[in-house]
Amino acid sequence: MKHKVAVTVNGHKHEHEVEPRLLLVHYLRDVIGLTGTHIGCDTSQCGACTIHVDGKAVKSCTMFAVQAEGRNLTTIEGMANGDELHPIQQAFWDEHGLQCGYCTPGFIMAAAYLLEQNPNPTEDEIRRGLEGNLCRCTGYVNIVKAVQTAARTMSSTPARKTQVTAGGN
Amino acid sequence: MAVTQLVGAKIHRREDPRLITGHGHYIDDFTRQGTAYASFVRSPVAHARVKSIDVTDASKAPGVVGIYTARDFKGQLAGTHPAAPAFVAEKKYVPERFPIAEKEVTYQGEIVAVVLAESKGQAADAANMIQVDYDDLPVVMDLEKALAKGAPKAHEAGPDNVCWDFTYTPLDLTEAAFKEADVVVKERVLQNRLAPVPMEPRGVLADYEGFDKKLTMWLSSQNPHFIRLFVSGALGLRESQVRVISPDVGGGFGSKISPYPEDYLVPALSRMTARPVKWIETRTESIQNSTHGRGQFYDCEVAAKKDGTLLAMRVVQYVDVGAYHGTFGAFQPVACLMAGGGYKWKGISARTVGVLTNRVPTDPYRGAGRPEATHLVERMVDLVALELKMDPVDIRRKNFIQPEDFPFTQNFGLVVDSGDYDKSLDKALELAGYAELRKKQADLRKQGRYMGIGLSTWIELCGFGPSAATAPATGGIALVESAQVRVTPTGAVIVYTGTHSHGQGHETTFSQIVADQLGVPLDSVELRHGDTAEGTSFGYGTYGSRSLAVGGVAISKAVGKVIDKGKKLAAHIFEAAEEDVVFEHGNFHVKGSPDKSKAFGEVAFASYGMGLPEGMEQGLEAVAYFDPPNLVWPFGAHVAVVEIDAETGSVKLEKYVAVDDCGNIINPMIVDGQIHGGVVQAIAQALYEEVVYDESNGQLKTGTMIDYLVPSAGEIPPFILDKTITPSPTNDLGVKGIGEAGTIAASVAVINAICDALSPLGIKHVDMPATPDKLWHMMKEARK
Repeated sequence: MKHKVAVTVNGHKHEHEVEPRLLLVHYLRDVIGLTGTHIGCDTSQCGACTIHVDGKAVKSCTMFAVQAEGRNLTTIEGMANGDELHPIQQAFWDEHGLQCGYCTPGFIMAAAYLLEQNPNPTEDEIRRGLEGNLCRCTGYVNIVKAVQTAARTMSSTPARKTQVTAGGN
Repeated sequence: MAVTQLVGAKIHRREDPRLITGHGHYIDDFTRQGTAYASFVRSPVAHARVKSIDVTDASKAPGVVGIYTARDFKGQLAGTHPAAPAFVAEKKYVPERFPIAEKEVTYQGEIVAVVLAESKGQAADAANMIQVDYDDLPVVMDLEKALAKGAPKAHEAGPDNVCWDFTYTPLDLTEAAFKEADVVVKERVLQNRLAPVPMEPRGVLADYEGFDKKLTMWLSSQNPHFIRLFVSGALGLRESQVRVISPDVGGGFGSKISPYPEDYLVPALSRMTARPVKWIETRTESIQNSTHGRGQFYDCEVAAKKDGTLLAMRVVQYVDVGAYHGTFGAFQPVACLMAGGGYKWKGISARTVGVLTNRVPTDPYRGAGRPEATHLVERMVDLVALELKMDPVDIRRKNFIQPEDFPFTQNFGLVVDSGDYDKSLDKALELAGYAELRKKQADLRKQGRYMGIGLSTWIELCGFGPSAATAPATGGIALVESAQVRVTPTGAVIVYTGTHSHGQGHETTFSQIVADQLGVPLDSVELRHGDTAEGTSFGYGTYGSRSLAVGGVAISKAVGKVIDKGKKLAAHIFEAAEEDVVFEHGNFHVKGSPDKSKAFGEVAFASYGMGLPEGMEQGLEAVAYFDPPNLVWPFGAHVAVVEIDAETGSVKLEKYVAVDDCGNIINPMIVDGQIHGGVVQAIAQALYEEVVYDESNGQLKTGTMIDYLVPSAGEIPPFILDKTITPSPTNDLGVKGIGEAGTIAASVAVINAICDALSPLGIKHVDMPATPDKLWHMMKEARK
């Protein structure tokens, strides 16, 4: 009953035999051991499990692991380059864009995709762009600020692909 | 004390690097070799007799380790679920609660069986195969009907549905004042039932090592030492045999204070099976079973003079206790004691009635009782203003407790430590542009538009708390706080606190205090919490905005003891009198000769060496407990501006101004963050959130995030924040609490704005949540 799945996660290749019903988020957390991607609901509302699948933001609870066959995945662990934080991570730190931190990985991944699609979003575009992610601590005020700050830093520094080739585990 | 460098500054949070990179450690990130996974079978009905449980098919399912029902836990778990006296010393009927139901289920979600299996999926599969035969009983949902004679009972064995009925101050106390009144306003004010919804659901991992007879449990908790106390008692273990580790906690909001059935069952299962056992709650389980907040209504009358002088208030609080008394569920009546708000009253009569229903129990939820009090008094004051055609600003100013009145003993004998309510109101009105807003409102009204301005001049009591008040409230243990400061030979400082952060940034703020006091760099201070194997004998957890005002002060006291010992040692080294030794900027020196000095680290090293003063022991460490002499009393003024769509009833929050006073500030960035989050949680109560059960059968209708509307970034208005600073005289740091302030203040600012907007239609009062549907119907009715 098990199916083979081969994926690239944060530049590393992984291959496993998994149950067809295994959700991608559980595969990442329980099989590969990347626990930075969180689970906050059962109904794809909260966005805590957001990752990038071939560069697009995806709630990893909405996919089965087997559907990720052959795909290139980036999780929160793949965002920093060694000790060098991704500008969005840095901005969340600088602007106090997190409190308990549980929703934060999902927000950072969603924000990264948002800024890739729209490097200079208005406040309203940020708020609407992040509507798929829920935070219970910050009231979103500093999350929005963090994304604005990140947009500024990223537009003033050379483009950096969020997709890394190695490291980050 | 050293020159302040860090206290008061925006210091980046020290916990963030791990959290923003995906390297935090939340409960589901832990596992043990050989773990078995638990899945709970929960009652799908709200009230029934359990006739039989058939596990035949389930026990043959793949991967099943065992299936357990109530009978299997007899001899494993002793005693019933704790119910603290809190603010109601005398209870009428507290139903016995065991972690797993045997003969009767009393709310939807109550546990009847548990499956252990080799994987999460197998456990869930087998749980679905268990057949439970229920014999339905009538459900108790409506509080008034529940109190009627001959009403169905939430528990078959109970005498009735009255959990408590307690009068703080009798009605006749306010009789004279009511006779003096020119106007009396009456209202019933509802508090919608809320689900706390921390983004991280709960979970437990327990590992009982039989040969050592030691239990280690990891769980997502605001309150690890109390969990150790309760769990060790139930399992018949000494506290020393139980280690509770609460790692990074993904939010709590009150729902991770009290022990839960799973907190007992999971460790018991580990002991029964000699395996580590893990259970992680799903979101639906969380909304269904985590304690809820609010769920109350108030019948209130206020007497006032024509000139707006408030005279007296009569309040009866009805609390939906749920099917069982929440461990700290009787904290919510504090709303009665705070019903007078920041105003002077001749008298307040107050009574609280706790009603058992077939819903999940209620317990403290961010603000717990104080949001309800603020909502009530601020609503009632607006109703008086409306009746007298006064500006809501003027009636507040006329009745405020004045700066010269502090310390002010209010109607229930609580001593409000400090305040300057006009000052925060002035600032809030200026920032909001109040006069211009009123002009704009008048213009818009001519165009048939519904714009409203709402005020909330809130006060809070927090920082639980003084032993005299809190020891009776918990049933014996005073909610003081402990701290231990250990200094290693090379001068590294490790600080242990009994509070436990779940997003508040204690690793940062507490370290700021210590680094300043010792004059050492922030990096040399390490803050530890959340592990009962470390630090002092007991810690008291994080809730009730207590961590800084009680825990921070305990830390500061312990640091003071370390400095005192350092001074003794330095005096010995300098061959000077102890009273001549000064400690500043991280150095000890003799008064008048600062050139001859020893750095803190040098003295720390010397404390581990030889030649100490007569009678001094080696080492440099100290423990301190802080028993605060009073609670602390933050306050502030909020202004909300709304416009209501005449066609759809939807509310647009145009502006939100919050001016808050939490005394001295350690880290302004963190304080603002607490206000943002708190305000949004209250806006959510005012406009969106409500736990809804089907009144006919007790079925939860809002069991997912699809139905329970936690707001997203799109729903939230921009904020204007400011502060006034009135240091608390209650503690040496001059600090108050800020964790709950926003939630205490904001719901009524929004609702007052909505009522103000709709006042041209003759609408005086709107209950929460003010959904478009509700407002559309009210407007339609009013236009008839």
